Amino acid sequence: MEGRRRQSPASPTPLHHRPAAGGPPPPDKLGEELYAPLVTTLRNGSRIEIAAACPAAQALGLRPGMAVTQARAQVRGLDVRPADPEGDLAALKRLAILAARRWSPVVALSDADGLFLDLSGTAHLFGGEAAMARHIVRLLARAGFTARIAIADTPGAAWALARHHGHCICPPGEQAAALAELATPALRIGEAAVELLKRLGIDRIGQLSALPRAPLVRRFGAATVLRLDQALGRIAEPLDPVIPPESIAVQQRFAEPIATAETIEHWLGELTPRLAAALEAEGLGVQALECVAERIDGVPQRIRIGLARPNRDPAHLLRLLRRRIEDVEPGYGIDAITLHVRRAALLGPEPVVERLDEEAAPDIATLVDTLATRIGLRAMWRMQPVESDVPERSEARGPVLDPPARPAQRGKRDDVRQLDRNPPLPPWHPGWPRPARLLRRPERLDHVIAELPDQPPRRFTWRGQPHRVIHADGPERIQGEWWKRDAERLSVRDYFRVEDEAGRRYWLFRAGDGERAATGDLSWYLHGVFG
Amino acid sequence: MADPAVLKQLRETLRGLETGGFRRRPSLPFGIEALDSRLADGGLRLDALHEVAAGTSDMADDCAATLFLAGLAARAWGPVLWVVRRRDLFAPGLAQSGLDPKRLIYAEAKDDAELLAVMEEGLRHRGLGAVIGEAKRADMTATRRLQLAAEGGRTIALLMKRAAREGSDPISSPSAAVTRWRVTSAPSTPLPVEGVGRSRWKLELARQKGGEGFELIVEACDATGRCALPPVMAHRKAVAGGTAPRRAA
Repeated sequence: MEGRRRQSPASPTPLHHRPAAGGPPPPDKLGEELYAPLVTTLRNGSRIEIAAACPAAQALGLRPGMAVTQARAQVRGLDVRPADPEGDLAALKRLAILAARRWSPVVALSDADGLFLDLSGTAHLFGGEAAMARHIVRLLARAGFTARIAIADTPGAAWALARHHGHCICPPGEQAAALAELATPALRIGEAAVELLKRLGIDRIGQLSALPRAPLVRRFGAATVLRLDQALGRIAEPLDPVIPPESIAVQQRFAEPIATAETIEHWLGELTPRLAAALEAEGLGVQALECVAERIDGVPQRIRIGLARPNRDPAHLLRLLRRRIEDVEPGYGIDAITLHVRRAALLGPEPVVERLDEEAAPDIATLVDTLATRIGLRAMWRMQPVESDVPERSEARGPVLDPPARPAQRGKRDDVRQLDRNPPLPPWHPGWPRPARLLRRPERLDHVIAELPDQPPRRFTWRGQPHRVIHADGPERIQGEWWKRDAERLSVRDYFRVEDEAGRRYWLFRAGDGERAATGDLSWYLHGVFG
Repeated sequence: MADPAVLKQLRETLRGLETGGFRRRPSLPFGIEALDSRLADGGLRLDALHEVAAGTSDMADDCAATLFLAGLAARAWGPVLWVVRRRDLFAPGLAQSGLDPKRLIYAEAKDDAELLAVMEEGLRHRGLGAVIGEAKRADMTATRRLQLAAEGGRTIALLMKRAAREGSDPISSPSAAVTRWRVTSAPSTPLPVEGVGRSRWKLELARQKGGEGFELIVEACDATGRCALPPVMAHRKAVAGGTAPRRAA
């Protein structure tokens, strides 16, 4: 047994949390009724193909590689969704990290839908190889993955058995016998090589390994023989393991408990440069930081700060922490202070674009951090234009720091849009006057005297104060957005901009167009005030 | 005794003392001769606190002051922080006064103390073009803090003062602001046809450091944030006839 490495590729299919391609269990009856057959699609040249099909779809004869149009013609009510290869890969990586934390220190990705686990010296912890395989399959099934596990001496053999044989545990040293009956594609060789072997009448791995070596290498090149040797264990195949990320933390313990704010501040000042150094070594910037002060009586005191952008400037971190020191209740004293990085993101060098014609935009991320520790990130926002004519819907709150605008993608050379040299349109129509402040809810006006159907009011009373209208503009008719809400199908607002005898300008509207009663009840409201 | 030349020299000496020897300071001119020539610095000093209040407690005057501030911020450089107490600013309206929504960051403060603290942070950051706040109570100490935070930077501090009590004058309380303005809506520019012309404001400079107060009617900010002087009227009658009954349509 010494030195033997036994690998097992589990082949989970990370597609939508439902059993998908390759799962041996028969689709259960209930599932068939609940869900329509599901396929995911991928564009291949001008043709849209099925990337994966769920067992129900496979039972109906849909196979990966089929054209989606054909599949739709075959199966009514087919659930077609775009495939997400990057998302799948990310999910597989997450699974790999989980496996590395749970089952085996060496876990590597195998293609787009498999994992290699090096079980050397770990299987006995789970009660032997068979029990461990059952355990893994059960856990993965609970998470929504269908898995197939093969355990063998070499990664190549395990790969071949998992994908071309099914669940199996190959006894030590028996891989040559186990592989002999498998087809040649199980060797992880290219399609061209498989085709060539087929033409020579070689379909099984057993046939291939029985051939004399020297002519084999001359005829097929080293790659095929290398794969064969790797599968049979004559040549070692190192794995490229996934390394689970480790959280970064710096800690300072004290011989004597500390209790004053000044001391805490001093030690935070010592810790932040150490944290910055640790982050720099990883090329990371912190986004969420937690400072834990461990009290003598075992009640940890926590300060949490969030940063709008990844940052590792010790002075900035210290400034944010210092503001919150009064939240720490030292009690009888603090034993240790730890800074935990709770969330981090890559922070590498950024290209600086030197421009002579405009000043570099100042970075306000630090200001946002500072203000967020004071009033919270929820109390800060930016307004983004929304394409809507209804005034209260024409703006929406957005995040303060939006992701930096990507430079406009260069289109194709013959893109018609390149002919458009006009500057981008303003977010809102610049010609229609809009008030400086908009009331949250339009306020009902009293004693309005106005002629129908489309005259502005002569006089009105707002908040108990009568106004006489001298000048007016309007109406600007705004229709209800029937495509958003059914109730607004007929509703109409006629907006007027009016000026009273003192020069005060208001934005009024009348519900209804004055002709059809269904459009509104002709009541008057004040919605905004101009300066 | 009050020789203008001597007075001018004394003023310059005083200003030199205040500013640590630097005479020239960045300022934001209005681009209107009648206004700029009467301001001590030829415009609004960028590194200082300015107070603006509505002439009356009516919301229309409050909005006139809002747009006056928006126009000033629009003509300043860089991002603008607007610290509000309530969420009724309407971005399309501000955009029509030249304040691009991409430049504007809103922050909401729970009370006046928090508002002033947030403004101070914004001023000390130095990466903003303007910081605007809407406060009801800001005493001498608070405004002095803001003024000190603004000094040495290029961030114009604009404090919109609202009346703490009904009927009280927000500008009259002592303050360290360099200029103190009162903005009131005025009847709009008359048009030869029916309709509302360009808005006008009555600008009143109640106090300024190193200068006199004055009063002026200006036309409201245009899409670039610039005010203008009203054109000389050809039909003076029409102006006076602002109270004449509207012609029947």
